[in-house]
Amino acid sequence: MAKKVALLQGNEACAQGALYAGCNFFGGYPITPSTEVAEVLSVELPKIGGKFIQMEDEIAAMASIIGGALAGSKALTATSGPGMSLKQELLGYACIAEVPCVIINVMRGGPSTGMPTGPGQSDVQQAKWGTHGDHPVIALVPASCQEIFTETVRAFNLAEKYRMPVQVLYDEIIGHMRERIEFPEPGELEIINRTEPSVGPEEYKPFDPSFGDVPPMAAFGSGYRFHVTGLNKAADGFPTTKADLVDNEQRRQLRKISAAQSDIELNEEYMTEDAEVVVFAYGSTSRSARYAVNELRKEGVKAGMFRPITLWPFPEKRIAELGKQAKAIIVAELNLGQMNLEVERCVKGACDVPFIGRVDGEPINPGQIMDKVKEVK
Amino acid sequence: MSSPRIEVIERYCKGCSICVEFCPTKVLEMDGFVVRVAKPEACINCMQCELRCPDFAIKVHAE
Amino acid sequence: MAFDYDKYLRPGKLPHIWCPGCGHGIAMKGLIRAIDTCGLDKSNTAIVSGIGCASRLPGYVDFNTLHTAHGRAAAFATGVKMAKPEMNVIVVGGDGDGTAIGGNHFIHACRRNIDMTYVIFNNFIYGMTGGQFSPCTPTGHKASTTVYGNPDPVFDISKLAIGAGASFVARTTAFHATQIDKLIAEGIKHKGLSVIEVLDDCPTTYGRRNKFRSVIEMMERLKTMAVPVAAASKMTAEQLEGKVLTGVLHKEEKPEYCEQYAEVIKRAKGA
Repeated sequence: MAKKVALLQGNEACAQGALYAGCNFFGGYPITPSTEVAEVLSVELPKIGGKFIQMEDEIAAMASIIGGALAGSKALTATSGPGMSLKQELLGYACIAEVPCVIINVMRGGPSTGMPTGPGQSDVQQAKWGTHGDHPVIALVPASCQEIFTETVRAFNLAEKYRMPVQVLYDEIIGHMRERIEFPEPGELEIINRTEPSVGPEEYKPFDPSFGDVPPMAAFGSGYRFHVTGLNKAADGFPTTKADLVDNEQRRQLRKISAAQSDIELNEEYMTEDAEVVVFAYGSTSRSARYAVNELRKEGVKAGMFRPITLWPFPEKRIAELGKQAKAIIVAELNLGQMNLEVERCVKGACDVPFIGRVDGEPINPGQIMDKVKEVK
Repeated sequence: MSSPRIEVIERYCKGCSICVEFCPTKVLEMDGFVVRVAKPEACINCMQCELRCPDFAIKVHAE
Repeated sequence: MAFDYDKYLRPGKLPHIWCPGCGHGIAMKGLIRAIDTCGLDKSNTAIVSGIGCASRLPGYVDFNTLHTAHGRAAAFATGVKMAKPEMNVIVVGGDGDGTAIGGNHFIHACRRNIDMTYVIFNNFIYGMTGGQFSPCTPTGHKASTTVYGNPDPVFDISKLAIGAGASFVARTTAFHATQIDKLIAEGIKHKGLSVIEVLDDCPTTYGRRNKFRSVIEMMERLKTMAVPVAAASKMTAEQLEGKVLTGVLHKEEKPEYCEQYAEVIKRAKGA
């Protein structure tokens, strides 16, 4: 049987990916250019008995999905720059309270209101550092409508597997672009659900490290009564200021990600085997980079592209290797310098890291990238 | 009928004296920063002390 | 007969953090008695709070408890209730948490008339941070940030709740201990968003600065400022000066949010 296909906008593909992943709760607030995610889910969720709620503000939207997730739902919100800034405190709450949920950030220009209908990639460092305190971060950066679908599914899987919020960042260009989508059959993509407690309510501790770095999670209303707080907590979920308990908990939470880097990391490498110049690009910018690499190869230039699909945790090891192989890793992104800092940190001076940035509401075009690559030669 | 037994959980008592002041028969008194049952025989089981104690520190057990 | 609070308390968590004479403990006991009166199943009940002194309550009680971020309790609670409408959801918190930083969530929970009970402990001050003025600090009174007297007008929380659409609104004080559980129980039984405002005392950061000589004087003030709704109707405006109405201030039947959303689901499935 032929697969179901459709011509979908990136934001619509995101909503469809969420439904495929088993999302049954959406709490949101209207903001350009992400609103279509909410619009589609307001139609589709009630059809399957799921819940859609438009909250009074961005903060409330984030709060509602954490509440929904604690009550057992697979919960999603979608926003853009200003909304993401407002959500930061509760993103931290979801980290410390270890609540699985997915946050879509359709990036536009900024800061502040910026350019609501223009693309941007300037929230990529915010994704890691935006909320205060040390906390684990997973952020995914799909580059096509099909990939928005699959990465939204993966975001839910990672959220459930590692019991934490996962951010999906894509820019306005692919959020609003339409492409042909092939819907995976049910069961074709793996769907992961959170691990439920294997012990009874009397023995259950919500953050019990004896079950590993990702302790099983009970739902409110399931008979397991437990406490959730944004304060530093001990394994039993209750607040503590005891130095060793706080330290253990904080380190365990970061270890959830650091110990699982290979499971979470996902990159695409395009013609990097023999590349002398590697273009580091993600999201819509990688589409221009791919075109540029193809053109440069025709001219005999040994160019390649490294495209992170998981942006955080950052592919440190591979970037360090490429830094030794290549003369330069050119970073191209729609901001004035963010991920280039991370690439520079990883290559430790082994190669040059020239930068192409743009914040005028226009995409980086292949010509810009080709010119920069030729400068290296 | 014997007087109710008034149980004071001393480690919960913060010595606010609300129970002492609102006891209509002056059963209770302050002993430093902790309440003490001074005249148990005067207790009329009105439960005001238990009801008003903010600290879960008093229980009135009637026979 | 002593009330068995232990049935609802988590072992080993007392004494609570509240200062000597703080009315929060009195209100908390009222809440527990109300839950007992209503016969709520502990496993099917969530207690949600924000940040502040009152918001530490959930840690002490044996339910599904959620201590959230400053002001956000109603929004988190809305998520829990939407996900599991069969659960009883009770929100607790203070006046600053609920009406300043959380004011937007508070009024919108009222507007939706979602079936939750919001018990707001109004002690007229930000206690935990050391006594800064809140939207409920009386004008002219002193706080650590209004040492020359508070220039701000005051929120009437109950009126705010009624105006925003809550379908059950009641007020009492920490002095009126037995009324606390009666009103909260009535609020829990009411279908829709119920708000129970409990006026209460903060001897440490409010009383001390405003020349209350003792906890007892603060309790007496709560007693004398309260006027039952029925009695108020026979009083003149002059007599009501400086008083607050207590009892059930507003009660109406109107559509409840989760039921309305259940209708949305029916329509979506039928379409």
